[in-house]
Amino acid sequence: MPAPLTVSGPVGWMRENLFPTPVNSLMSVIFGALLLYVVWITLDWAVFKAVWSGENRDACLGDNAHGACWAMARAKFGQWMYGFYPFTERWRVNIVAIVGILALVPMMMPSLPYKRINGIFLLGIYPILTLILLTGGHFDIDLSTWLTVGVFVAVLVVPILFLGFVAKIIQPGHALITSGAIAGSTAILLGVLSIDFGLPYVETSKWGGLLLTLVVAVTGIVASLPIGVLLALGRRSEMPIVRMFSVAFIELWRGVPLITVLFMASVMLPLFLPPGTSFDKLLRALIGVALFSSAYMAEVVRGGLQAIPGGQKEAAQALGLTFWQNMGLITLPQALKLVIPGIVNSFIGLFKDTVLVGIIGLYDLLLIVQAANTDQKWVAPQTHSTGFFFAAGVFWIFCFAMSRYSMFMERQLDTGHKN
Amino acid sequence: MSVTAGVDGPPKVAFFNDPRVRSISVQAILIAVLLFFGWQIIQNTLANLERANIASGWGFLDTAAGFDLSFTLIPYSESSSYGRAITVGILNTVLVAFCGIITATIVGFIVGVMRLSKNWLVAKVAEIYIEVLRNIPLLVQMFIWYKVVLAALPAPRSAWSIADTVFLSNRGITIPKFIWGDGAWMIGVAVIAAIAGIVVLRKWAHKRQDATGEQFPVFLTSLGILFGLPLLVYILTGAPLEFEFPEQGKFNLSGGVGLVPEFAALYFALSMYTATFIAEIVRSGILAVNKGQTEASYALGLRPNPALRLVVVPQAMRVIIPPLASQYLNLTKNSSLAVAIGFPELVAAGGTVMNQSGQAVEVIVIWMVVYLTISLLTSAFMNWFNSRMKLVER
Repeated sequence: MPAPLTVSGPVGWMRENLFPTPVNSLMSVIFGALLLYVVWITLDWAVFKAVWSGENRDACLGDNAHGACWAMARAKFGQWMYGFYPFTERWRVNIVAIVGILALVPMMMPSLPYKRINGIFLLGIYPILTLILLTGGHFDIDLSTWLTVGVFVAVLVVPILFLGFVAKIIQPGHALITSGAIAGSTAILLGVLSIDFGLPYVETSKWGGLLLTLVVAVTGIVASLPIGVLLALGRRSEMPIVRMFSVAFIELWRGVPLITVLFMASVMLPLFLPPGTSFDKLLRALIGVALFSSAYMAEVVRGGLQAIPGGQKEAAQALGLTFWQNMGLITLPQALKLVIPGIVNSFIGLFKDTVLVGIIGLYDLLLIVQAANTDQKWVAPQTHSTGFFFAAGVFWIFCFAMSRYSMFMERQLDTGHKN
Repeated sequence: MSVTAGVDGPPKVAFFNDPRVRSISVQAILIAVLLFFGWQIIQNTLANLERANIASGWGFLDTAAGFDLSFTLIPYSESSSYGRAITVGILNTVLVAFCGIITATIVGFIVGVMRLSKNWLVAKVAEIYIEVLRNIPLLVQMFIWYKVVLAALPAPRSAWSIADTVFLSNRGITIPKFIWGDGAWMIGVAVIAAIAGIVVLRKWAHKRQDATGEQFPVFLTSLGILFGLPLLVYILTGAPLEFEFPEQGKFNLSGGVGLVPEFAALYFALSMYTATFIAEIVRSGILAVNKGQTEASYALGLRPNPALRLVVVPQAMRVIIPPLASQYLNLTKNSSLAVAIGFPELVAAGGTVMNQSGQAVEVIVIWMVVYLTISLLTSAFMNWFNSRMKLVER
């Protein structure tokens, strides 16, 4: 015979999970009531009493002033997404977003192949594409800049090739090809940046809203990965000067709040440059964010490096691999794969921290929804709440999705050792 | 290839393959590059400061400030110096961090234990709380507390009151003012004596239990001493404590002590946000303790509550305390967000000083010194704790 109704099915579940003891039952009732109350208030404000359409603030006044003013959100949606980007040029932002999503999704799914090409596109070609499309390209690169870059590349290329030859990463016969590749790609980069594609120039002060938030967050994380790896390797190095410098750098950036880093970047950075040069405000914030997040990334990568058994390094040495060969072919691929959840968590933290750029005057998503409070056309009792609710909702969706992905990757990578 | 062992001395390697040569040359290059860039930066900074006619040096800390601060723990006015303004900022940071840490820990522990409850509804409510508040940036939460929740409170003349002693209005929280009379210092002495007495009592109770096996109700006795002794001294010195209750006048609340809404918004936002992280830390700490420990303690005859208290939680503490310390550090650093809502803690006060005096480099150095000191102290504490709590293996 099947089990009686009181111990199986929904009733049985409720008896066991909600009402096992008198104290528990009381808590269930209290928390259930609390939950229902909170859900009711939220739905009441956001759905039942909300204003869904209207032309201006009159729609959200009077009797309608007890619910969200979604009419304002719909009118300002473009501004909240793109900032002050010119309306006719928004297709450029859309292309950047679509290409980014199409390139990122295959990278995030472990089962799809061609990861290396995908990675090179995402980390190499896509940033240039984004830069050209968002600003308009056609940078004014004159002859002196070409010469400076040429000298810089020549001065860098020769020692790197020499060291590479010595470290046995590069075969002697490939030296010419490598130097040609480096010089050629730099030349192509400069050339592409100076081509006039006919796109009107959009200065960075016009970028805002979700566009700016994503630009800051993605640039921060992409720039912080290589720097973080180098810092992590430096911290584990046996050379005392390198170790001291890495430790000092990491502890310095980790010990101060991001807002002081942003103030430093926006106020002190112009002081460090030769008199007369000016610095784009967004670029200052990007540098500050990149340095800050590279310190945290260094700690995450260091955790991954510590998890690789020492036998790997010893086996590499027994095979005759040099330090950099070992790093590039054996240790780093394993370490980085192990800390993918840590990297995604870093990205979530960085994404939440990008709202601070509003404090130094960059119109990210949070600052731009607050700009609605000074708009004569839409000021109403619920303007504040609607704007904040919208911004909180957007952030929550992004961060929640990323945290679920991080948990998914953790389960994928956990190939055993579960107790 | 023949190996001549030990005949010609150590094996000869090419100059550039010698690890010592490589290591020294890399470090020398690094130092040279750092020195070069450092020198360039200093030269440029001095030139730029001179061009903009900004002074250098620490003398500006004695100049009169000329601005007012909305919340100060020490006396401060417009004619106080910049240095005093920064001191007010540091004290406010410490105050907010202290209050926030206490609340965040209490709420975090409660929510963390709730998350592990067998009651499905309780666990779900805790999970929703954690997931919602963890994924919304702290600054957004702070603005919501400040501009949505606290602004919805009524004006002072119709403020809400709890038993006519604590008033909530959109001017902040007004609590009664404690006015201490003569002899009140003895109550402070009594508190310190009570704490010392509790420490002695615990040691004695442990020795007694080791010798005879009898347990002593240390917790209840300590509570009694902690509250009883100061209360006794209070009565004996003639009750030297008066309260100034806030009074609801026609237009305003007068009397009492006001905690500005900026402080309340910062305090609530910081506490609720950090509590979500602490809840996850507590949950992972308790889950990290081997299930065999719980089963063994049940087998020994311990009830669930003493088993949790005496066996699981002490072991969980080893896993909980390092990330907990780093969350406290995060809370202290996050208090710097007060600059966005105008609460005068260190970054906000320093920012105003920076704007008015133009001496950005000095103010930034002050910020970095203060925050780096706090974080290095926390790191040192964590290292000490880890070395004490390390599992000693054979």
